[in-house]
Amino acid sequence: MSKQQAVLDWIDARFPLTSTWKAHVSEYYAPKNFNFWYFFGSLAMLVLVIQIVTGIFLTMNYKPDGTLNASGVPVAFASVEYIMRDVAGGWIIRYMHSTGASMFFVVVYLHMFRGLIYGSYKQPRELVWIFGCLIFLCLMAEAFMGYLLPWGQMSFWGAQVIVNLFASIPVIGPDLSVFIRGDFVVGDATLNRFFALHVIAVPLILVALVAAHLIALHEVGSNNPDGVEIKKNKDPVTHIPLDGIPFHPYYTVKDVLGVVVFLIVFSAVVFLVPEMGGYFLEHPNFDPADPLKTPPHIAPVWYFTPFYAILRAIPSFAGTQVWGVLGMGGAVVLIAFLPWLDKSPVKSIRYRSTKFKVMVTLFIIAFIGLGILGAMPSTNVRTVIAQIFSVMYFGFFLGMPFFTKNDVGSVATPARVTDNTGGRQVLFFVLMALAIGGATLFAKMV
Amino acid sequence: MSEQQVDTGRRRFLTVATSAAGGVAAAAVATPFVLSFFPSERAKAAGAPVEVDISKLEAGQKINVEWRGKPVWVVNRTPEQVKNLPKLDGKLVDPASEVPQQPDYCKNPHRSIKPEILVAVGICTHLGCSPTFRPDLAPADLGPEWLGGFYCPCHGSKFDLAARVYSGVPAPKNMEIPPHKYMSDTRLLIGDDK
Repeated sequence: MSKQQAVLDWIDARFPLTSTWKAHVSEYYAPKNFNFWYFFGSLAMLVLVIQIVTGIFLTMNYKPDGTLNASGVPVAFASVEYIMRDVAGGWIIRYMHSTGASMFFVVVYLHMFRGLIYGSYKQPRELVWIFGCLIFLCLMAEAFMGYLLPWGQMSFWGAQVIVNLFASIPVIGPDLSVFIRGDFVVGDATLNRFFALHVIAVPLILVALVAAHLIALHEVGSNNPDGVEIKKNKDPVTHIPLDGIPFHPYYTVKDVLGVVVFLIVFSAVVFLVPEMGGYFLEHPNFDPADPLKTPPHIAPVWYFTPFYAILRAIPSFAGTQVWGVLGMGGAVVLIAFLPWLDKSPVKSIRYRSTKFKVMVTLFIIAFIGLGILGAMPSTNVRTVIAQIFSVMYFGFFLGMPFFTKNDVGSVATPARVTDNTGGRQVLFFVLMALAIGGATLFAKMV
Repeated sequence: MSEQQVDTGRRRFLTVATSAAGGVAAAAVATPFVLSFFPSERAKAAGAPVEVDISKLEAGQKINVEWRGKPVWVVNRTPEQVKNLPKLDGKLVDPASEVPQQPDYCKNPHRSIKPEILVAVGICTHLGCSPTFRPDLAPADLGPEWLGGFYCPCHGSKFDLAARVYSGVPAPKNMEIPPHKYMSDTRLLIGDDK
């Protein structure tokens, strides 16, 4: 027995190292037909690591202090400028963190879209999906609270608007918003508690949820673009799924390719366009927070705009604006109910009816459309369009039990997984080009 | 395997009683943590009234005063602006100020103690942005019927020069008039009316 094996045996007698490695990595059998959409789970983990590491280093120089310093600038705002200008390497770390926040949502939205088109939320993966939705919720909280920390104009007024959402809840609302802020206005108390929640509380919950998400996934096994349960076809002798390949080395190698491409894009943003034209870091946030002056146009960061557009689209009636708040909250919460809203026996969009494909297309149009509208100042025409898109958004979820009843395509789901080559690749590029082109055209027109 | 009799009823009672006692203790321990989220004594004490000198405020002008961390506007409306206020009644949600967003002594057509001097908390009743002062008549972006007022840049809510909200905008209520009183003809105390 080699020295190495002896050490491993010593550990294994005291801690399940080898068996854990096998269960989750080297003998975790994943379907062999994963395509482009399956990069984003591992990329989300990569971004989580980037955010935690850069975040730790940012806290070493950041000061969550809303009071004014000797030159009349809030201490928190000044500490961010200090990181950007005086701390060696500070600007790279901060731009990695700010770019990481946006990239987190890029990969998570694509990851969720993958789940939607391939039915990854369906039985037996309901809990994988629910853990995922909770992760999404935590991410939104994390992004929102993190955005207050630079204590710029957009930080301040964005937080003001969102905390006031809670104030619109009847009866308890006003007291609840004071409870969240810790003061009668967004102030130093708010900044300090958001800092604590942003760097300790929510990240801990986030990491625990990611663990739960993965444990649940590895228990039931990964879905795939065909929506075929690979565990139904096992080798009679080895009991290994015939369509499965070990995660390591096959998918570790594939994911490394994804990581390389992702990091090229990520670095390009960090080094060339860290503000992304005001979408990753908004221009008013380069002015320190001023409680007496609202910037002329308040827009959330791009990843919140679809939900923000829904909020704005719903008018107040019966003397309260709580309806818009409920609409926005409902738009997020509804996603978690997909496993029960979708009645179709088929998982993958490849084998579902044209009706379903049309509905998904309309949903994507509504979601991207709302995202574009939410970033713009509202006008009468835009409000009407946002209202139409909001109806489409909710119609997709609430109508789903009806339009997915007996939703079976002309081609039946095969027994075994199929290739991703040829026509499918062409179709993928055509649809992507259409989506990007359509979104650009729409943004120009409104 | 032991043959001893197990009193399951007794065991269940003890489990429930222990859990209940633990639950009460957990709730009690949570109390200071929950309480710490409410405004501190220092934050509560910061709400003292503010005194303003309005002798230099000319007709048509607005000044901002900070009270409890919020912007409070003092606007010296021109006689024409005051005269225009009733013309808008048909377009407003609450022209007679029925919703208690003002002290009783400001529940009048101009929502103020002196007809021309408006004192209002400059925070939109929708989501807390601070609207922009737009006294100009019929500007291009607000339409030919605009008689001056406040426009919220966040979500497009409109208010007239008495801080009353227009119908069909996101804000549901008129803006708040804080308690205030005149110490002398030109000295205003905001935050206290006793």
